[in-house]
Amino acid sequence: MGLLTNLKDSISRVTDGLFAADEPKRIGIYGPPNAGKTTLANRIARDWTGDAVGPESHIPHETRRARRKENVEIERNGRKVTIDIVDTPGVTTKVDYKEFLDHDMDKDDAVRRSREATEGVAEAMHWLREDVDGVIYVLDSTTDPFTQVNTMLIGIIESQDLPALILANKTDLSGSDVQQIANAFPQHETIPLSALEGENMDEVYTKIAEYFG
Amino acid sequence: MPGSTPNVGGGGSPPGDGRASDDGGSDDGVRIDMISGARMEGLTGMEKIRLILDGVREGNIVILEEGLSPDEESKLIEVTMTEISPDDFTGIEIETYPKAEATDQSFLDKLMGRKSAQKLTVIGPANRIETLHKDENLISTLVSRK
Repeated sequence: MGLLTNLKDSISRVTDGLFAADEPKRIGIYGPPNAGKTTLANRIARDWTGDAVGPESHIPHETRRARRKENVEIERNGRKVTIDIVDTPGVTTKVDYKEFLDHDMDKDDAVRRSREATEGVAEAMHWLREDVDGVIYVLDSTTDPFTQVNTMLIGIIESQDLPALILANKTDLSGSDVQQIANAFPQHETIPLSALEGENMDEVYTKIAEYFG
Repeated sequence: MPGSTPNVGGGGSPPGDGRASDDGGSDDGVRIDMISGARMEGLTGMEKIRLILDGVREGNIVILEEGLSPDEESKLIEVTMTEISPDDFTGIEIETYPKAEATDQSFLDKLMGRKSAQKLTVIGPANRIETLHKDENLISTLVSRK
């Protein structure tokens, strides 16, 4: 009886493993606020499913809840990769509602937005520790990558042994410096792109299939 | 000297006891708590985070000799976010040297779960500490009184 039970458990583990391998990988799109995470998530979702993930804005913390787009099938070189895209709020260590007052908001709206933003960042950190299988780390290539948030998040991602793809976004802007990002994180490959203009998305999809397939 | 920690344990008031201004600290200047690796070693992750945030919320600058592990850093961000409140606490500024921890750990360290997190870390209230310059070898910050 014990032998039969053990055999049944073994078969169950093998079949569970086979099905688990077919399940979409949850890929978190992380990065600081205003790096273009939602623009990228929307670009990927629109290219492969026709739908968007969420609204984009130049105001920081537009994304205040992690949003998931499920079963995005990406085909590359005859190979199909199915992922769930998780668009996360921009990670920061501080949120001051007064910064939102500069964006035509009254105090109540600014306070509400800052409270939602803090909840969203906490949620994003939780997702990173518990619920993602890989990370697309998006950076604005017109800004200095040597920030503490970037340093910490890359360190957290590495400590979890998660596959990570670093994207240098906003290459359509004049101040873009992709090399600066490559220098900041030499242990990772850096892929340039403009999610807004759709530039270099072919390489991005090839890398997504390679890293997360 | 292991365990030698100005303002932490022993004499004076430890961080988080609410007496920062009583012992000549925050009214006239900026109090800095330098916490040794030995002091942090015996604490759980949450105790470390509490020690840091209690100090920072009193307006102090906390300097950790050996820093936090990536997991603890992640939880520090999460807990900080839950404590932010309008017109009271806007969060933290934290600075460490960018260090590729994964490349610094030996195979045995990884196997044993030992972290090579030894990186000087400065943490302060977001409204009092401002980073002027940061690269692989230099962190320059401006600390204001209030």
